[in-house]
Amino acid sequence: MLADRRIDTLAGAKAAPVVVVATKGRSLWMDAGRRFMRNRAALISLIVLLAVVVFTIVGPLLARWSIEKIDWSVMGAVLTKGNPSIATGHYFGTDEVGRDLYSRVIQGTQISLLVGIVGSLIAVLVGTIYGAIAGYFGGRLDSVMMRLVDIIYSIPYMFILILLLIIFGRSFIMLFVGIGLVSWLGMSRVVRGQTMTLRNREFVEAAVATGSKPLAVIFRHIVPNLLGIVVIYATLLIPEMILLESFISFLGLGVQEPNTSLGALISEGARTMQYGTIWQLAFPLAFFVVILFTFFFVGDGLRDALDPKDR
Amino acid sequence: MIAFILRRLAVAIPTLLVLVIISFILMKLAPGNPFIGEKTVPQAVLDNIYARYGLDKPEWQQLLEYVYNVVFRFDFGPSFQYRDRTVNDIIAQGFPVTFTYGAWAFLVATLVGVALGVVAAVRQNSWLDYLSVGFTVGAQVIPNFVMAPILVLVFTLWLRWLPGGGWNNGNWTNVIMPVIALATSYLASIARITRSSMLEVLGSNYIRTARAKGLPNWQVIFGHALRPALLPVVSYLGPVFVGMVTGSVVIDLYFSTGGIGQAFVNSALNRDYSTILGITILLGALTIAANLVVDILYAWIDPKIQL
Repeated sequence: MLADRRIDTLAGAKAAPVVVVATKGRSLWMDAGRRFMRNRAALISLIVLLAVVVFTIVGPLLARWSIEKIDWSVMGAVLTKGNPSIATGHYFGTDEVGRDLYSRVIQGTQISLLVGIVGSLIAVLVGTIYGAIAGYFGGRLDSVMMRLVDIIYSIPYMFILILLLIIFGRSFIMLFVGIGLVSWLGMSRVVRGQTMTLRNREFVEAAVATGSKPLAVIFRHIVPNLLGIVVIYATLLIPEMILLESFISFLGLGVQEPNTSLGALISEGARTMQYGTIWQLAFPLAFFVVILFTFFFVGDGLRDALDPKDR
Repeated sequence: MIAFILRRLAVAIPTLLVLVIISFILMKLAPGNPFIGEKTVPQAVLDNIYARYGLDKPEWQQLLEYVYNVVFRFDFGPSFQYRDRTVNDIIAQGFPVTFTYGAWAFLVATLVGVALGVVAAVRQNSWLDYLSVGFTVGAQVIPNFVMAPILVLVFTLWLRWLPGGGWNNGNWTNVIMPVIALATSYLASIARITRSSMLEVLGSNYIRTARAKGLPNWQVIFGHALRPALLPVVSYLGPVFVGMVTGSVVIDLYFSTGGIGQAFVNSALNRDYSTILGITILLGALTIAANLVVDILYAWIDPKIQL
């Protein structure tokens, strides 16, 4: 009887605001979009970043040389004949053995972006699920799961990654496995913390009260509310993954020839710059720095836009 | 305090064991071994070699003996590559070099970074602040393997002031570029963290009280604001340490300083498994120890944590 009446009053209370909601509401994401648009550094960075992405797609159409074709006419005279020029078709010059740097920089940029995005996606998938489960259930399960993260976190993973690449051979898959092993750790911590604060909110209580299973609560109610923080963190993770891959490539353990990445190109350019072929360092370095810069600013802008009280 | 340290040790020791076991298993999973080359060696000779390196015993026994030797005798065993040297020799040769420029880089990054951050926060919106923010934003995205070539380009190839590599027994002209290359991006991050946390502290009520009491500016900053403002910096020191240990590989390779990173990469390319394992474990132990120190430091600085 009492319960019935409560439902009645609840229904009444619910009916009242429906009339008011006639004015168009603004969602969290629309608000965030507005705030992001007002942030000039972030907006410009986003545009530059999109321009780079478009360039990696459209650029190959303009290339006159493939990534592995050696231009025999510049062989042995890279300094004088291999410089950037429109006439020879080497817009960015050639590398030390006479391969077209324009095509190679485009491919390097593609691979670096790919590594960043894939690494970040792994982090989003694994880290979100792991962190949400640990945070939602709490207690002993939580402490076991997070202690495991602590342990993996304090291992100098770069050395394990190098070990992996040497022992199982250098390949794309191994690189992604290695990156995937570590990239989700930070994400799982962030997500767990956020989940623990969400767990005690009324809407979660309501979902539990209506008989939802724990996993359904996590995926239907908790995870959508984590989206903001996950997006911010994933964006900031992309440059970190790119740095990680470049580091590996710089050591000569990354992508295999003739394929290349920005880290490998920078490493080659750094080795040959003493002969005066400065463009071999300058072009990959410029792309590398621009990508990292823009990702950092976009990530920062997203944080300001989605989580204004965090600052 | 003691209980806190013990509790942290209870995590650190299993971590180290996990590291040893993972590395050991990876090493055993590697196809082939360093002793099978192009020449076919008689089985009897191979057996002798295996016996000398203890490879004839079952794997679990090898692991146990290895762990025992490392923990109780600090002995990483013989190198698989250089027949007359032990892993301890190789580490003893490279470690002082790495330690020298690593310690300098750590000091420079921390002290200069904090100083820069504090100045920027205290003189907020002055040209000094803009300069330091501009520098930190720029330097943060320039990793050591980019910084190193740029430094060499400017100071060795253009200005001809500094040698482009080598160690030369730690002569300062050889040390300075590795230190800068290793420190810059962390210096920038530390400055940025210090600035934002200092700004937050300077805006709090108790700072206003301190100023209202008529304390001189320097006393407000160093006596009241600095300590709580350093908390986020201290918690960042762990990652800085890890990053510098990892970065030393790049520094060693690029400047040919002959540190432990070079030994690691050389042994990795030569499949000198015992050396790889030894270096990985040593650096892992150092990392874990550094994290422990950072945690204790944090607890000591933070007045809210009761030990």
